[in-house]
Amino acid sequence: MSTDTVDKDKRRFLVASTSVVGAVGAGFVAVPFVASWMPSERAKNAGAPVEADISRLEEGRMMTVEWQSKPVWIVRRSEKTVADLESNNANLRDPASDNVDQQPEYAKNQHRSIKPEILVLVGICTHLGCSPTFRPDIAPADLGENWLGGFFCPCHSSRFDMAGRVFQGVPAPTNLSVPPHYYVSDNVILVGKDGGNA
Amino acid sequence: MGKLIGWIDDRFPLSKMWNEHLAEYYAPKNFNFWYFFGSLALLVLVIQIVSGIFLTMHYKPDGASAFASVEYIMRDVPYGWLIRYIHSTGATAFFIVVYLHMFRGLMYGSYKQPRELIWLFGMFIYLALMAEAFMGYLLPWGQMSYWGAQVIISLFSAIPVIGDDLTLWIRGDFVISDATLNRFFALHVIALPFVIVFLVIAHILALHEVGSNNPDGVEIKKNKDPVTHIPLDGIPFHPYYSVKDIVGVVAFLFFFSVVLFYFPEGGGYFLEHANFIASDPLKTPEHIAPVWYFTPFYAILRAVPDKLMGVGAMGAAIVLLFFLPWIDRCKVKSIRYRSGIYKANLVTFVVSFVVLGWLAMQPVNATITLMSQVFSFLYFAFFVVLYVTSKNEQTKPVPDRVTS
Repeated sequence: MSTDTVDKDKRRFLVASTSVVGAVGAGFVAVPFVASWMPSERAKNAGAPVEADISRLEEGRMMTVEWQSKPVWIVRRSEKTVADLESNNANLRDPASDNVDQQPEYAKNQHRSIKPEILVLVGICTHLGCSPTFRPDIAPADLGENWLGGFFCPCHSSRFDMAGRVFQGVPAPTNLSVPPHYYVSDNVILVGKDGGNA
Repeated sequence: MGKLIGWIDDRFPLSKMWNEHLAEYYAPKNFNFWYFFGSLALLVLVIQIVSGIFLTMHYKPDGASAFASVEYIMRDVPYGWLIRYIHSTGATAFFIVVYLHMFRGLMYGSYKQPRELIWLFGMFIYLALMAEAFMGYLLPWGQMSYWGAQVIISLFSAIPVIGDDLTLWIRGDFVISDATLNRFFALHVIALPFVIVFLVIAHILALHEVGSNNPDGVEIKKNKDPVTHIPLDGIPFHPYYSVKDIVGVVAFLFFFSVVLFYFPEGGGYFLEHANFIASDPLKTPEHIAPVWYFTPFYAILRAVPDKLMGVGAMGAAIVLLFFLPWIDRCKVKSIRYRSGIYKANLVTFVVSFVVLGWLAMQPVNATITLMSQVFSFLYFAFFVVLYVTSKNEQTKPVPDRVTS
């Protein structure tokens, strides 16, 4: 055995393998710290469904309930509003609600709701999360004469129609989302849960 | 005294560091007004750390009590209002000073070879500073805190595939909540200040390794005294520039105090009015705009009617600055000896930056959007024009020695 020469290859191998093992170890140590940023069990359990009583909601009006700390809008649309929805189709990104992430199966229709007149939406813009403004007025000066009512986001001017469908040429990429919900009775909606009767 | 220093010097490089960085650090003798802002940035950093430490003694990082604890600081804590306003005014002062410092770098080519790393460390400081300011703005837990954070965190959701999970991970909840507030507090008071201080040290060490640039953009190390090896155009930082910088400090503190005592909210630009209303997750303020120092980038975001492209353009506006040392291919550093094209280009860039900042504060309409698009284009055009024209730029002869 020689004692006066250095085996450089062996030394390089040892340095490399020690570094790799160390890096893998550091990676494993990082896991709990990174994972600690995910929603806690408490946060996951906080999203309980909420009941909304719509008996006093008048035609053309909107009410807001809080679900998972997010605003959920419920709008009672007039027959004319529902009938007018189709005329927007040509100017929308996703008129037929083909993006399945944005609504439950039972809201994939022209009016995006269970009952045609009652619209239920999560009131958070799909662009950057502001809460859009309800603008039911027809052809106001600031939104142009083709405006048939809908939602306008003041942050970055995204526009949605009266079914929460996004218009073309605005920053929001998808339609507003419809939360899971069902009718407990004629006038009571449970937001946050799919129901067997839907 | 001398004995004590000798005792320390045997155990710690006190005199060595003093000499290397102050008494025998030779800086060019022709520094002008624009060279105040480096030392002022350091001063503001100290102001922010000290006032911040005292704010944490009364502030509660809790979704239920954060807003009230800030009002408690403002009303009930002795001199709490002063400490809080020092900290909020300091944030604005920090960005004013840093923007002027960066503009100095642009004018005199301070980012160029051999100072690329100084520029990169500086850009990372700027990035960390933006994160620090953004997270600090969430802490008062008012309407602007809440919805501003909602918008900025949602920027990450534009990233394909992982975007939504990433935003969930950042927030730690399905919406901005107590969990978000708590972790932003930790990052704001511990993690990012450490990062910033570390980067500032790296920035200064890199500067003292290569030596300072100057308004003429000539290397003073090329002309050294043959005997002493001291640059002929250099003067020791201490006492010459330490004393000069004290003048800058006095002038700075004068303006700082005027804002602090007479306009602490800066007319709604330093502390936005909507932030005096407690956060409400159900209602976005009618008009939402970031604090002034973020507005140019926000205007670029708003100018693009597509989520991914908008966020991409906004990111690119910042990332491009990192590459400036390689985008600018002209060998001449200082604007004094560069072409008219460069001067015009730089003026356009600064004007675009300022106009974009103004545009983002206006409520959106067709005219504002169109103007944002035009000025965003001009902002990016700066880099393209610079890259194309700097290779064979018509420059003036650069003197061997600094001019007075």
